[in-house]
Amino acid sequence: MSWLHIFILLPFLFAVIIPVLYKKFPKIHTGWFVLAAPAGIFAYLLSYIPMVAGGETTMYSLPWIPSLDIHFSLYVDGLGLIFALLITGIGSLVVFYSIYYLSKVREALHNFYVYLMMFMGAMLGLVLSDNLIVLYLFWELTSISSFLLIAYWYARRQSRYGAQKSMLITVFGGFAMLAAIIMFYIMGNTFSIRELLSQADQLVQHDLFIATMILLLLGAFTKSAQFPFHIWLPDAMEAPTPVSAYLHSATMVKAGIYLVARFTPIFGGTMEWFWIVTAVGLITLFWGSLLAVKQRDLKALLAFSTISQLGLIMSLLGMGSAALYYGGGETSQLHSAAILAAVFHLVNHSTFKGSLFMVVGIVDHETGTRDLRKLGGLMSIMPITFTIAIIGSLSMAGLPPFNGFLSKELFFTGTLNAASLDIFNMETYGALIPIVAWVASVFTFVYSLILVFKTFLGKFQPERLEKEAHEAPWGMLLPPLVLSVLVIGIFFVPNVLADYALEPMMASILPPLEGQFDIYIEAWHGFVPELFMTIGIVVIGLLLYLTLKKWLWLYNNMPRAMTITNAYNSGLKRMESGSRKITDLHMTGFVRDYLRYIFVLLIMIVGASLFLLDGFSFEVSNVAPINLYEMILAAVLVGAAAMVVLTRSRLTAVIGVGVLGYIVALFFVVLRAPDLALTQLAIETVSVALYLLCFYHLPRLRQRDEGDGLNVMNLVIALAVGTLVTLIALSANGHRMFPAISDFYEGGYELAGASNMVNAILADFRAFDTLLEIFVLAIAGLGVYSLIKLRLARRASDENQ
Amino acid sequence: MFDAVLLVMLIMLAISILVGLYRAIQGPSMADRVIALDLIGIMMIALIGVVSIYLETQAFLEAILVLGILAFIGTVAFARFIERGAVIERKRD
Repeated sequence: MSWLHIFILLPFLFAVIIPVLYKKFPKIHTGWFVLAAPAGIFAYLLSYIPMVAGGETTMYSLPWIPSLDIHFSLYVDGLGLIFALLITGIGSLVVFYSIYYLSKVREALHNFYVYLMMFMGAMLGLVLSDNLIVLYLFWELTSISSFLLIAYWYARRQSRYGAQKSMLITVFGGFAMLAAIIMFYIMGNTFSIRELLSQADQLVQHDLFIATMILLLLGAFTKSAQFPFHIWLPDAMEAPTPVSAYLHSATMVKAGIYLVARFTPIFGGTMEWFWIVTAVGLITLFWGSLLAVKQRDLKALLAFSTISQLGLIMSLLGMGSAALYYGGGETSQLHSAAILAAVFHLVNHSTFKGSLFMVVGIVDHETGTRDLRKLGGLMSIMPITFTIAIIGSLSMAGLPPFNGFLSKELFFTGTLNAASLDIFNMETYGALIPIVAWVASVFTFVYSLILVFKTFLGKFQPERLEKEAHEAPWGMLLPPLVLSVLVIGIFFVPNVLADYALEPMMASILPPLEGQFDIYIEAWHGFVPELFMTIGIVVIGLLLYLTLKKWLWLYNNMPRAMTITNAYNSGLKRMESGSRKITDLHMTGFVRDYLRYIFVLLIMIVGASLFLLDGFSFEVSNVAPINLYEMILAAVLVGAAAMVVLTRSRLTAVIGVGVLGYIVALFFVVLRAPDLALTQLAIETVSVALYLLCFYHLPRLRQRDEGDGLNVMNLVIALAVGTLVTLIALSANGHRMFPAISDFYEGGYELAGASNMVNAILADFRAFDTLLEIFVLAIAGLGVYSLIKLRLARRASDENQ
Repeated sequence: MFDAVLLVMLIMLAISILVGLYRAIQGPSMADRVIALDLIGIMMIALIGVVSIYLETQAFLEAILVLGILAFIGTVAFARFIERGAVIERKRD
């Protein structure tokens, strides 16, 4: 148990004590207590920066289930640490923001902060865990706490819908990931990520390699809202805004990015990984930016923008993985630029997207609406909010002097490098990558402008707002201000960040190239294609924004049935109705149908396995001779059985059953089993008497004495079962592999003092069976007694009423 | 020789049980069937006796006694059922 373990588990401890604090100190906003957790962890984690920047890593192990190779081991390297710093840093800001955003009086704050702390702890554990099972545990915990947070206002229908949708999709991916983890264990015989990375060379050759890759990517893509699993993110916007800012822009949705980055050293350098990650990322980037433009709700716009930016980071991770193909040298360095862009944009996106969400929250809080059609002209009323918004948006659009510009330039460098690749069939499709990226960036520019200008410029419409608009309190403005300062600060001193954060992260993603990265980020690097691409974006983007009214109607022409959300909804509905149909089809409620299934399955499974495994064999060498009278008795047996089946009267059937039982007793006599014969006779008589008792009580009206009609299917099944059982009995007789153990019981007199061997077995050698049979009879007797008594008691009470 | 006689007896008894079964199946009225069942019971007593001699054992003598009692009880039970519709009547109070 190291200090790091304690700090990782600190949020869970807070989750336990928050409700107590909430009840004990009703006057103080609970958020103030909560703030200590992320701030403290952030401060503690900062102490690891010098170590990680120096290229070192540490590992703290704590055995949890050692026999199953499951350890709560924490591994601190550049990737994990920077993620953890983002989580706790933005977490602190979000908690601070939520203190002012959520009302102390109206909201159930203890619930909110418990969920939030659960989430924070889970996220920290996820990014720092070295053990895959523990990682999966935290992964699912983030899904669950996210589910709880989205449905925080659970009285709203939309919240519940969004929570359910995100739960279904992310847990689906989580299960796929679990399968991938198990496959990892099969391939590498370890759950430790570090040990798996050291075996990367052997893993590539394994048969399960591709399957593991796809399952792992399913997990990553669902969590990070990649196409076509992005549909849960816009619906998750029903959560309170601090949650959206924290989970759905800065942390949880980056868990998939983290996973992809973490496993790049294993999968990177293969063609499948390169193409899947790059293509899915680019499609997500393009699709998200395209759809963001048409949104009328600010949060929905930001949700699609998040999707698009996550796609950008994902595609960069895919393109950068090509660096591993070369395994070092200049070409590798060239392509590692994409990884640099990915990690850089990851940090940048967390800063500006967090601040934008908080801005939207402020606008919502102070005007009562997030609808772009109702908003406008807020610039002079909310100047500080406007400033923050314009910094965030322009950074998102990729303009100087904000950090988004730097990462967008690097992004273009990455795409151009990827386009010039001559491996993985890139000659054919490579040229598409920069084009798609560029078009997507144009749309990004357009929606960034929409976000700022439609909200803060234009005509002020006070009559359409629910509240009187005014500037937000300072407490609410402070967190986005901090993030905005970071946005500008990173632009001017990117290399500080690069040295302390980005280089260690790249070292984790591309371990073979460690120490040879060429990372010097500069805002101006001459008249290169990237710059012209940015200028093109600005020009075309401005033109598109100014002519927005002329082409926005195009979106309305897209049929609703074509959307993925529609496919999800109708898919769910169809799954429900389909499974109901299947259930109704076979669960008829009739015992005779279920018996049919049982018998048919018996015939199919037992018969088929005997037939296929060549189990039928008939051995006649040690069969006893049959006498004539035994044959006649057997004929009587068959006759009585036929009488039971064919008769049209119930009483005749009972007599037939009696004859049957007596003849069976007679066979016991002939086969020298006196005790069995005695018991059989007594039991047969009693049961015949019981049948007669029952008949008297059968209701008169529904009495059907005409017998059942012939059912061909039943006949076939009955014949098949009879034939099968007969064949099995005959085969079993032919398959006597070892002598019976009955010789042992011949010493019954010496061992138990009994000359009746059957009774000696029943009461001495195997008396436990007898004891339990006595219990069975006792239970049956008590059962019959209580059934009759209860029925009589009920009848009596009915009469009293 | 004696064994052969016993075998012939066994076969004849088995045939009479078969004939009893014919009556039980065919019997136009329910009483015919009940009598046939009683007949089969009695035939079985005889058959068990012969089998005991044939196997030279006394182990089946209890079976003969029990069967005698049960065949009687069974016939009475059926008779009551046919006569009154119930085997055991409830107390009238």
